[in-house]
Amino acid sequence: MRKLRIADGPAAAVLRVLLPVVLALVVGGVLLLALGKNPLDYYAFVVERGILRRGGLQETLTRMAPILLIAAGLIVAFRAGIWNLGGDGQFLLAAVSAAGLAPVLDGVLPRGATLLLCMAAGALVGAIWSLAPAMLKARYGVNEIVTTLMMSFLGVSLSNVLIKLVLFDPATTVPQTRSLPVDERLPRMFGSTVHSGLLIAVVVLVLIHLLMTRTAFGLKLQVLGANRAAAVHAGERVERLTVLAFVLSAGLIGLAGAVEVLGVWGTVRADWNPAYGLLVVPLVFLARLNGYAVIGFTFFFSALMVGGESAAHRIGIPQYYVLVLVSLLLIFLALVEYLDQSRRKRLAV
Amino acid sequence: MVDASLRKVTKRFPGIVALDEVSLEFRGGEIHVLLGENGAGKSTLLGLLAGMQQPDAGEIVIDGKPVLIDSPRRSMDLGIGAVFQQLLLVPSLSVIENLMLGGPWWQPVKRAAALRRFGELATALAIRIDPHAPVTALSLGEQQQVEILRALWREEKMLLLDEPTSMLTPQGVADLGRMLRRLKEKGVALILITHKLLEAYEFGDRISVLRQGRLAGEIDPEHMRSLSEGERTAEVLRLMFGTAANDERRRGAPDLAALTGRKAHRARPIDRSKPPVLNVSALATERLVGETALREVSFELWPGEVLGIAGVDGNGQKHLAEVLAGQRAVAQGRISLAGCDVTRGRVPQRRLVGIRYVTDERLGEGTVGTFSVAINLLLKEIGAPPYWRHGVTDWSLIHASARDKIRDHDIRTPSERTPVGKLSGGNIQKVLLARELGADARVAILNKPTYGLDLQNQRLALERIDAAAARGVAVIVISTDLDELLEISDRIGVMFQGRLAGIIDNTADAERKIGSLMTGAKSAAAKSA
Repeated sequence: MRKLRIADGPAAAVLRVLLPVVLALVVGGVLLLALGKNPLDYYAFVVERGILRRGGLQETLTRMAPILLIAAGLIVAFRAGIWNLGGDGQFLLAAVSAAGLAPVLDGVLPRGATLLLCMAAGALVGAIWSLAPAMLKARYGVNEIVTTLMMSFLGVSLSNVLIKLVLFDPATTVPQTRSLPVDERLPRMFGSTVHSGLLIAVVVLVLIHLLMTRTAFGLKLQVLGANRAAAVHAGERVERLTVLAFVLSAGLIGLAGAVEVLGVWGTVRADWNPAYGLLVVPLVFLARLNGYAVIGFTFFFSALMVGGESAAHRIGIPQYYVLVLVSLLLIFLALVEYLDQSRRKRLAV
Repeated sequence: MVDASLRKVTKRFPGIVALDEVSLEFRGGEIHVLLGENGAGKSTLLGLLAGMQQPDAGEIVIDGKPVLIDSPRRSMDLGIGAVFQQLLLVPSLSVIENLMLGGPWWQPVKRAAALRRFGELATALAIRIDPHAPVTALSLGEQQQVEILRALWREEKMLLLDEPTSMLTPQGVADLGRMLRRLKEKGVALILITHKLLEAYEFGDRISVLRQGRLAGEIDPEHMRSLSEGERTAEVLRLMFGTAANDERRRGAPDLAALTGRKAHRARPIDRSKPPVLNVSALATERLVGETALREVSFELWPGEVLGIAGVDGNGQKHLAEVLAGQRAVAQGRISLAGCDVTRGRVPQRRLVGIRYVTDERLGEGTVGTFSVAINLLLKEIGAPPYWRHGVTDWSLIHASARDKIRDHDIRTPSERTPVGKLSGGNIQKVLLARELGADARVAILNKPTYGLDLQNQRLALERIDAAAARGVAVIVISTDLDELLEISDRIGVMFQGRLAGIIDNTADAERKIGSLMTGAKSAAAKSA
């Protein structure tokens, strides 16, 4: 029998990622066929609208900014063995805080200072919203999946309340915060519609990746995530590390909310909730918690979302189909991973 | 009575032949001891009989018929019961509930019938356990008894035991021995795996020695009876390690006296007129559920001295090790190192002044199994220069230093980047010893340093401890293996219910004094410290 030798090397790594993508597209295509749609038409449309067309590409790149920052936050948490699933609440509360603060500071402070302060405020609010789960986990070992999810519901509701009762703009009928003028938002880059939040996001993500892989602090968090007892044994301040990981993670997700508001919307409407928090979780795992790989997957995912949204209007395939593709991708990724592992075991000497 | 045999059984795993044409006979009413070093194939053999794996060649014959044991269920159907090293009980369920598990799902549970069967077996084996007690309330020895009951639950035919004494107290070992003899009288075929020679003599009617997957030899019951104990030892050692003096496996193989624990009682020359390096006074820890806290533990330790800590497991040894290492808070009392108070220090501060701790939970807390050997060698130094400068990792320096340590400490690993969890137990222990017994160690605490290691690695660990003491490190060795303590220690302290019942000099009558201290009797001999 011919032996497949793809166990190591960069080619193998690429294959391990591409194979699930191809399989997901093929099986997703079969589903479309079953629904009486031509999958090739759909995929071509998505690629054309999401990547090839200038407007679509700009929209895809813009969409990446908050996702990359959320991914950075999740990488910190997951590498430290913490399931921060409260991203939605942290994101939205931070967005509302930034949106509430920006019009107040606008005109009082220079544009740069306003934007920086609002981003800092967003990060701070996100971090504060994770303090309760962080303390409960650090002190009493309370499962953070439950507490972060509950805090997320509270955060989303509180954002709503804040907009409707405190921060609403009396000049509009739909409850929303006062709008930050377009000229005062994050500057756009290279004459495109893509705002500089994307640049911030990429830089932050790379820095977080380096923090986790090249510093003592990152290694300590990874020890904590891999074997908590070993961290205690090695004399790490486990409680403090746990809280720091939470705060850093939620702070980055808060920053994502602030950047999205300051870069794109300028305001938050009471019914707005992109619910990125849980969407980004599979992406981060697809990328195996690697910051660089996250950038690639986020581009792919954003293009799929943007293209999928146009396709919903034009071809009549619901936008939810994008989620079906992502789920298929995850299933195949796990499958390829499993097969690869058991093959390695057989080949192992 | 059952009669089972293996005929030229071969089992291969990637890269190794675990069993190579092994033929063995197991008879009812006989305790058959399988002896061999780690990796000799003992556990593989047991796995074949328990239906965990199938042989690649050869056959298993039970009562004259060749059988295919392709699942644990099939093994149980054939009347084979197995008790593994790890206990496999559901802690939240009661004893009787654990025993009732595994019935067909469509049948209602028959509690009354189960209790009858429990009573029958418990009487036969003289086991006194409340069938309604939750498993968590039982000691390890009692849990093992429940495992044995479960293995015999359907049929008392054949019982396999994988290192059953490794976690038992001396009392537990004695109980187990009584139980095995009763089973033998009932005609059960018993197969006992161990790497402790003394146990093999004590329990075994027949001893088979495995070496690198081959049957190195067998001592049948008649032969056993005809040999004196010394001759038996010599015979078994010959089978385990080969005879030729220039045989490669012989190099580093322990000598006869050391293997059997006969080399005992020593005192290194220690100048006790100088101040001690470690001074512990009236130490106490906080009492937590299920743990024995320390009460008024006081002792002194001089440089170059080895203090053994004996005692039945669970009498506060773990707390003692952790509190000295800085991993557990001091509730009362004082610890000082060379005159400096370090009572409040945590692990990093204690390490800084030279206190080192080799834990008995090597993979549980001592290492991160999925991380490389290199990281694990520095696990307690994360962030310290020169490997980290301003918190930034110097990976090339870390890997280079790891390569040096791997060479110096003879750690057998494919590379410094190999996950430490992939190494054998002996090599993981070498990683820990390399990390903890470095140049700047002053006080080293070792908890069960030879636990679960094969003879050669046990020897190696004890040699490392001896070498550290010779360099002037003050060493505390906690162990439940008295022979080992008698061999390595200058003085031996005995823990009983969280207190240090006494410290005695390691002299000829040490065993007797330790024995009485271990059961809580305060003797005059204990005052010598």
